[in-house]
Amino acid sequence: MTKKVVTTTNMALAAAVATALTAASVSTTPAAAAGKEKCYGVSLAGQNDCAAGPGTTCAGTSTIDYQGNAWTLVPEGTCTTIELPKQADGTERKGSLEALERDLPT
Amino acid sequence: MSEQHFSTPADIPARAGAGLKACHYENILENAPDIGWFEIHAENYMGDGGPPHHALKQIRDRYPISCHGVGLSIGSEQPLDQDHLARLKTVCTRYAPGLFSEHLAWSTHDTGFLNDLLPVPYTEETVSRVAEHIDQVQNYLGRPMLLENPSTYVAFDESDMNEIEFLRQIVERTGCGLLLDVNNVHVSANNQHYSAEGYLDEFPVEVVGEIHLGGHAEDEDDDGAPLLIDAHDREVADLVWSLYENLIARIGPRPTLIEWDNDVPDWQTLFKDVERADAVLRSAAKQHSHAA
Amino acid sequence: MPFCAAPRNSTPMPLKHRQADFAQALLNPDIPVPQGVVDPNGAPAPKRFAVYRNNVTVSLIEAMATAFPVIQKIVGAEFFAAMARDFVRAHPPTSPLLMFYGEAFPDFLRGFTPVAHLAYLPEVAQLELYRRQAYHAADDEPLPDNFLGATAPEDLANLSVVFHPSLRLLEATYPALSLWEWNNASNEANRPALPEHGEAILIARPELTVEMHRLPPGSIQFLTVLAEGAPLGAAAEAGATNPQFDLATCISSLLESRIAISYCLVGAQQ
Repeated sequence: MTKKVVTTTNMALAAAVATALTAASVSTTPAAAAGKEKCYGVSLAGQNDCAAGPGTTCAGTSTIDYQGNAWTLVPEGTCTTIELPKQADGTERKGSLEALERDLPT
Repeated sequence: MSEQHFSTPADIPARAGAGLKACHYENILENAPDIGWFEIHAENYMGDGGPPHHALKQIRDRYPISCHGVGLSIGSEQPLDQDHLARLKTVCTRYAPGLFSEHLAWSTHDTGFLNDLLPVPYTEETVSRVAEHIDQVQNYLGRPMLLENPSTYVAFDESDMNEIEFLRQIVERTGCGLLLDVNNVHVSANNQHYSAEGYLDEFPVEVVGEIHLGGHAEDEDDDGAPLLIDAHDREVADLVWSLYENLIARIGPRPTLIEWDNDVPDWQTLFKDVERADAVLRSAAKQHSHAA
Repeated sequence: MPFCAAPRNSTPMPLKHRQADFAQALLNPDIPVPQGVVDPNGAPAPKRFAVYRNNVTVSLIEAMATAFPVIQKIVGAEFFAAMARDFVRAHPPTSPLLMFYGEAFPDFLRGFTPVAHLAYLPEVAQLELYRRQAYHAADDEPLPDNFLGATAPEDLANLSVVFHPSLRLLEATYPALSLWEWNNASNEANRPALPEHGEAILIARPELTVEMHRLPPGSIQFLTVLAEGAPLGAAAEAGATNPQFDLATCISSLLESRIAISYCLVGAQQ
């Protein structure tokens, strides 16, 4: 029988698991309980936690498509009040995605 | 969380039922309303898991369930989607519904799903195609199905038989039953300028396994005449109730569904229509037992 | 002929052509109403045909609004409907399972000029899509949150984990989760402060509720390698390519999110 070698990775993992288990023991119980709550696809007040997404239809609709044009309209929802903070270097956060690659962990 | 199957089909009683909506799950499970049965749209339970199945399993434990497909596109000229048929079978195996029904309509073309119940021309060619599809469905699911009469807004030049003739031929060729949607009869009769009473007099009621009632909206056609829209967004109209009452008095009680799919109201509002249908069914049951 | 007042044309149109014409005209308002679509008197009936056009378009726009409630909130209902109309015409559903509709929406948003200034939208849409997928994913029983405690230290590097079918990972360059929470806050006072950096997000439904967790640096790499079936040792090495990676923190989030459903030892002997 080959003797198992306790490698550096194993030691690091064992230490990390020990730390994680100590930290986790306090925080997990409420999370576990929350997951078992009733949640049947109803939007709870103020949150979309349980949204099942679009369902079926076997009916027509009495709503008339008003045919607005996104190319002439301006978005007017919460985007008018959302202000993303500038980055540490002062770069505006509304530019293209390419400009934000710096956020990615490398 | 293992997947549980129901082994025996749920017999659907000749009472009123309601279309099952996610926003009513909680109320149904907590207050156990006195209702004969629920009907699900098969497609809403074609996900692998999650809360919809969790809720439906508990509701199926307490009430009979019937299964209504809305996406099989039986009226399509193109072949049935075998994947979709397989998903239907999975739902039917999982919940053993008492009845399975689909629409005389089409909703897919090439790879697109159009999300509406589109009309078919009433021709020999369509009869053959629809009959072929129904045979496939019944063979694949190993059970008979009910085919629902549609609400229509247009007619086709090429149609050369009426809807009743068309449905009779389908029933003869396939042995399927029919789901008689009385609101659809009212909507189509208005839109196609014929008599709803006359239509119901000729309908092959002996093969009707289920009845649907729902609300409709009113629009205008090209000549400014009323065009009714099968919107399922309000109470059942009085004219539809009277068609239904006369029909049930004549043919006896049949399982009757209240459909409310858009602007779904609170349970109490929906339940009023359920109670009204139940009252019609009870009085017909009395009459028929006296007559017997 | 009762119940079907349409007079006949001398050359009946084959069903195949009928449905091809009908389908094409439904999603493209520039195409005229197909020939032979008539009212009960046999007259052309564009308004009647428009009912079907309207049913298709409105029902799909409404499906999109149900699918992406936060995007709708961000751009407003009117703009959303107009944008969704463009989307449903460009990407009509390919399946009757509308619960999964909109997979192409994040990419559509990336290329949709009228929202180019809201560069965070595609990632928020992706988050909404992942939440929906997690919601409908297969069920499975998560392992107890201390399952790693039972493994001998010398076996840890060879331990491989199977994740819950609902698990989705999103490495967002914008604070997509904070934006989601900001838009779902019950009132203004509950809106979180928006961070200036991107967020790595774990989405899963270990039981009935879809949960979202912010992940520490390197976690995405760590979990991605684990999800591919590699053991903890290899995953730890993958995570460590990120200089801010902390193994204990990553293992904490793995345990806390309860995404593991089973584990086994691979190539146990060294």
